Amino acid sequence: MTPAEKKELQLTAVKVREGILTATHGAKSGHPGGSLSAADMFTYLYFKEMRVDPKEPRKDDRDRFVLSKGHTAPGLYSALALKGYFPVDDLKNLRHTDSYLQGHPNMNTVPGIDMSTGSLGQGLSTAAGMAKGAKYLNKDINVYSLVGDGELAEGQIWEATMFAAHYKLDNLCIIVDKNGLQIDGWTKDVMNTDPVDEKFASFGCDVICINGHDFDDIEKAFEKFHSNHGSGKPTCIIMSTTKGKGVSYMENEAGWHGKAPNDDEYKQGMDELAAAKKAIEEA
Amino acid sequence: MAETTKIATRDSYGNALKELGATADNLVVLDADLAGATKTATFQKAFPERHFDCGIAEANMINVAAGLSTMGLVPFVATFAMFAAGRAYEQVRNTLGYPHLNVKIGATHGGISVGEDGASHQCCEDFALMRTIPGMTVMCPSDDVEAKAMIKAAYELDGPVYMRFGRAATPVFHEAGYKFEIGKGEVLHEGKDVAIIATGIMVPEAISACEQLEKDGVSVYLINMPTIKPLDNDLVLDAAKKCGRIVTVEEHSIIGGLGEAVAGYLSEVHPTPVKRIGVNDEFGHSGPAAELLEAFGLCADNIVKVTKGFI
Repeated sequence: MTPAEKKELQLTAVKVREGILTATHGAKSGHPGGSLSAADMFTYLYFKEMRVDPKEPRKDDRDRFVLSKGHTAPGLYSALALKGYFPVDDLKNLRHTDSYLQGHPNMNTVPGIDMSTGSLGQGLSTAAGMAKGAKYLNKDINVYSLVGDGELAEGQIWEATMFAAHYKLDNLCIIVDKNGLQIDGWTKDVMNTDPVDEKFASFGCDVICINGHDFDDIEKAFEKFHSNHGSGKPTCIIMSTTKGKGVSYMENEAGWHGKAPNDDEYKQGMDELAAAKKAIEEA
Repeated sequence: MAETTKIATRDSYGNALKELGATADNLVVLDADLAGATKTATFQKAFPERHFDCGIAEANMINVAAGLSTMGLVPFVATFAMFAAGRAYEQVRNTLGYPHLNVKIGATHGGISVGEDGASHQCCEDFALMRTIPGMTVMCPSDDVEAKAMIKAAYELDGPVYMRFGRAATPVFHEAGYKFEIGKGEVLHEGKDVAIIATGIMVPEAISACEQLEKDGVSVYLINMPTIKPLDNDLVLDAAKKCGRIVTVEEHSIIGGLGEAVAGYLSEVHPTPVKRIGVNDEFGHSGPAAELLEAFGLCADNIVKVTKGFI
C-alpha cells in the first residue's frame, strides 16, 4: 500500500464514521459503538480487499461479505453507500418506516448486502455455506464474515468454525471485532470468551492478531489470508479495536452499543470527525 | 389395504433425491449424521461429492444451506422433524424464511409413528411452527408416489419448502402417473353428509374409514390434503358448502396444524363445524408405531367413531 493509498483509506474511514453518526442520528436508534469499531475494517474490505463492483452488486463471481454481527449495519451501509451501491444521502433514512435501509441487513432490499443477518451466531455459518459452495463449484471466490467478540458466546459460531475447518475452507476469512464490550458491559465480565486466539486455533484456523485500526496491520493480515489458499485452513483475523472509535464520548462506553446521538452529540461527533479529516489531509 | 405395498416416505425421499440428482446438476444434499435414517444415504451412494454431512449441528446446517443457495445451488436438507422444525426453528425463520431462500427441508421421522424412540423424537408440532413463517410452503405426502412427485415439485419451486416424511412403512395407494400440484388437494371420494380432510399417513386410514362409513350409510366427501400451506381454500370451501361438517385428520397436534388451518379459514368465510382428529395437546411415548397410532386415535376405527358422533 502506497502512502497515498493509505491516506485515502484513512479519509474514507472517517467518512464511513460520519455516515454511521448521520444514520443513527437520523434513525434516533441503532448501533454506533460496534459500527465505529469496525469502520476501518469495512473501509479496507470494500475499498481495497474485496473483488466487488457496485454497478453489478449480484455479479456471480464477486467476493462475498456476511455481517454476522448484523446490528452494526450502519457501518456496513455507510461503506456501501460511499462505494457507490446507493446514495450516501439515503443513510439518514436508516430504520425509517418507508426506508429500504432496514435496522439489520436485508439482502433483498439493500444493494450490496450478500446475506440477511441480525440474529447473532448465524452469519458465520451462512458464510461457511457460501465458501463451501464456491469450493464445490470450483470458483475463485473469497468469503469474509465479521463477528463480534460478545457473539462468540453463541454456540453456533463454533459449529460453523468446526464445519469450515472440516471442509478445508481456506477461502473463508473469519474476522473477529474484539472491542471487548457488549450490551451488558465488558465481555470478560458478561461471559468471558477469551482466549479467543487459542479457541480458533484449536478449531483448526490460522489465527492472525492485529490492531483493527491500523491499515498496515490489516493489509498484512489479508496477505496472510491469501497465502493460506491451498493450505486447507480457514483464516481467523482477530482485531483488537476500540468500541466507539473516533468519537470521543463513545469510546469504550458500553452505553453506546445501541443508542443514537442526540442533536448536540451528533454535532460534537461530526466536528471531531471533521477535525480528524483535516488532520489526515494536512499530515 | 392388506395386500398393498408399504413404503416409508423417508425411503421415497432418498430414492427421489437420487432420481432427481441424475438430471439436476445444481442439487446438493445436507445431512446431520442421520443419512442412514433419513435415507439421504441413497443419494450419497450415487453422488458422494454432492452430499455434505454437517455432523450433529442442525442449526449450522440450515445456515450452510442458506449460503449454498445464494451460490446458485439447490440444497435439500435432511434431519428429523424435531431438529429441523424444532431445534433450528429460528435459523429457518430468519435465514431461510425472511430472505426467502431456495432451500428445501426434508424432515423425516415426523409424528408419533416414530415409535420406540419416544416423546423426545416424536415431533407433532412441525406443521404449526413452519406454517407461521411467511412464504414457507409446508407439505406432507400420503404415500410413496405422492412423496416422489412432491419432492420434484419442491425442486422446481423457487423458495423455501418444508416437507415432512414418515419413518414407518405405510400403504401406497396412488397409481403411477398421479398428478401432484403444490397447493392443491385431491378428492378421493365424493359425498354429501360429512367431509373428511386428511394429510400424510392418515390418508390411508381415512380411506379405510370412508369405506366403513359408506357401508354404514354415511356419505363421505374424502379429501387428501398434501399441502398444509398454502391451503387449498377453494376445495375446503367446496367441502364445507357441500357437507356442512368437516373432520380433519393429521398425525400432528390439534393445535396449529391442518385442522386449525381449515377451521381458521372457514370461520372467516363460511363458518362450519370442524372436528379435529390429531394428537390432543399431549406428548407421545415409546411403543411400536401401529400400537401408538391406535392408542392416540390416529386410526380408521377412531375416525369412524368420531365422525359418527359428529354428524
